[in-house]
Amino acid sequence: MTPSNPPTPRAWKKPPFIANPLLRYGLLVMTVGYLVWAFGSLPFNWERISEGLPRAARIFSGGFPPNLERYELLLTGFKESFQIAILATLLGVLLSIPFAVMAARNIAPLPVYLLGRSIIIISRSFHPVIVAILFVAAVGFGPLAGILTLTLYSIGFVGKLLAEEIEEIDWGQVEAMRSTGAGYLVTLFYAVFPQILPRQVGLSMYQLDSNLRASAVVGIVGAGGIGGTLMNAFGRYDYDFAFAILLVIIAVILLSEGISGWVRKKIW
Amino acid sequence: MLEITNLVKRYGHSEAVLKGLDLKVEGNSVVSIVGASGAGKSTMLRCINRLVEPTSGSIKLNGTELVNLKGAELRRARRKIGMVFQGFNLLDRLTVMENVLAGRLGYVSFYQAISRRYPPADIERAFVLMERVGIAHYANKRADELSGGERQRVGVVRALMQEPDVLLADEPTASLDPRTSEQIMMLLQSLASELSLPVLINIHNVAQAKTYTERIVGLRHGKMIFDGQPGDFNKDALDAIYGGIEAPDDAITETPGTAVEGGTP
Repeated sequence: MTPSNPPTPRAWKKPPFIANPLLRYGLLVMTVGYLVWAFGSLPFNWERISEGLPRAARIFSGGFPPNLERYELLLTGFKESFQIAILATLLGVLLSIPFAVMAARNIAPLPVYLLGRSIIIISRSFHPVIVAILFVAAVGFGPLAGILTLTLYSIGFVGKLLAEEIEEIDWGQVEAMRSTGAGYLVTLFYAVFPQILPRQVGLSMYQLDSNLRASAVVGIVGAGGIGGTLMNAFGRYDYDFAFAILLVIIAVILLSEGISGWVRKKIW
Repeated sequence: MLEITNLVKRYGHSEAVLKGLDLKVEGNSVVSIVGASGAGKSTMLRCINRLVEPTSGSIKLNGTELVNLKGAELRRARRKIGMVFQGFNLLDRLTVMENVLAGRLGYVSFYQAISRRYPPADIERAFVLMERVGIAHYANKRADELSGGERQRVGVVRALMQEPDVLLADEPTASLDPRTSEQIMMLLQSLASELSLPVLINIHNVAQAKTYTERIVGLRHGKMIFDGQPGDFNKDALDAIYGGIEAPDDAITETPGTAVEGGTP
């Protein structure tokens, strides 16, 4: 190969993401315009912000050094959070199976499928905090509201992913069971569940992890657990204790993420 | 005795896959069904155990009409029709024994099935059949750990566990190497005579069909165009069944030459 020198080096430019220049610059102008308008019209009280900043600094400095003197409270809170998370995971994962079966198009008749999908969509459409507020109003403050919230949350999440997993199973096994004269339920237990089992275990681990995290959040609105302890500490201006709680939450989440990641890798 | 009369199967509004098929299988004869892909072999077999719903026609097994059975009656009828699949369709994550016992799922209760408490007679039958085909030592192995030939033996034993009145085999050897597929054909042939069981085998391999079966049925475009002894299955019959279908393949083999001239690498 001989290197050839073309008279003028050829130029190349990455083609623009949006080909039409009018549309391209129009969108840019609209975005900037919206930002200016939004910042201009939203009620930012700059005076209040300048007052608040030193207060924020005071809170943070009050948090140092973190104070673990009242660790019993912290332990009680965490114990409750763990109980909420584990119970909700177990309940949610178990209940997600029938809903996933209902929501899998290949094994559920159309009306059942639509019902199953709707249940999953509804249970997924609200953030756990909103659900927790509703349950706290319904069953009162405490861990029961937290368990109900996270169970519903788990059903939605695990149920959806499991339903998709069921829709992708090897259909030949189902045909084989049908051809032996097996009934619907038996076919589920022999040809469907074994195929989704590894995924189910992986999802359960992930859900436990995620429920632990969420149990700290729903506690803030009164659904029990460490979130409640944290809220109380803030309410009593116990910033050093609150800060200690935050640090422990981070540590626990890191640990649980590590463990669940390890377990999931072992199963896959 | 299996008797198929004027069987029609149409998917949606497209052209019928089976166009009025008649077939009678008696005694313990081994029948092979040959035909190109899309000729309707697999559809015909699946109409018999109703994995596919026939559009019209009649299928009678020992006097029982299968076409309009529903629910529990259909499941009872399916127990008597064993099926062996091309892709084996084993329960991969379960043990060989569980796969074999799954052949009894039409007979045992739900509780017996999920707790694996099968009747002792079933377990004994499972061991006898597994010993017969040489897989008894794999009883507690997971089904996906076995080789192709062994897996198909599990598939055959599972079908025989049903104590079937007829055995359907949908291209049972197509996923196997030539030697193993000969062994499976031999096995099907000898099991048919040992258990005096009629066997219908869909097969692509005409040589094997001639060697291991007593009767060859040729399908083309949903119609039966050959029915006779392997000895009568000559070049003309082969052409009638597969003829004209190889032509596109020849055209494909010629394209690379033209493609090179066109400058594509």
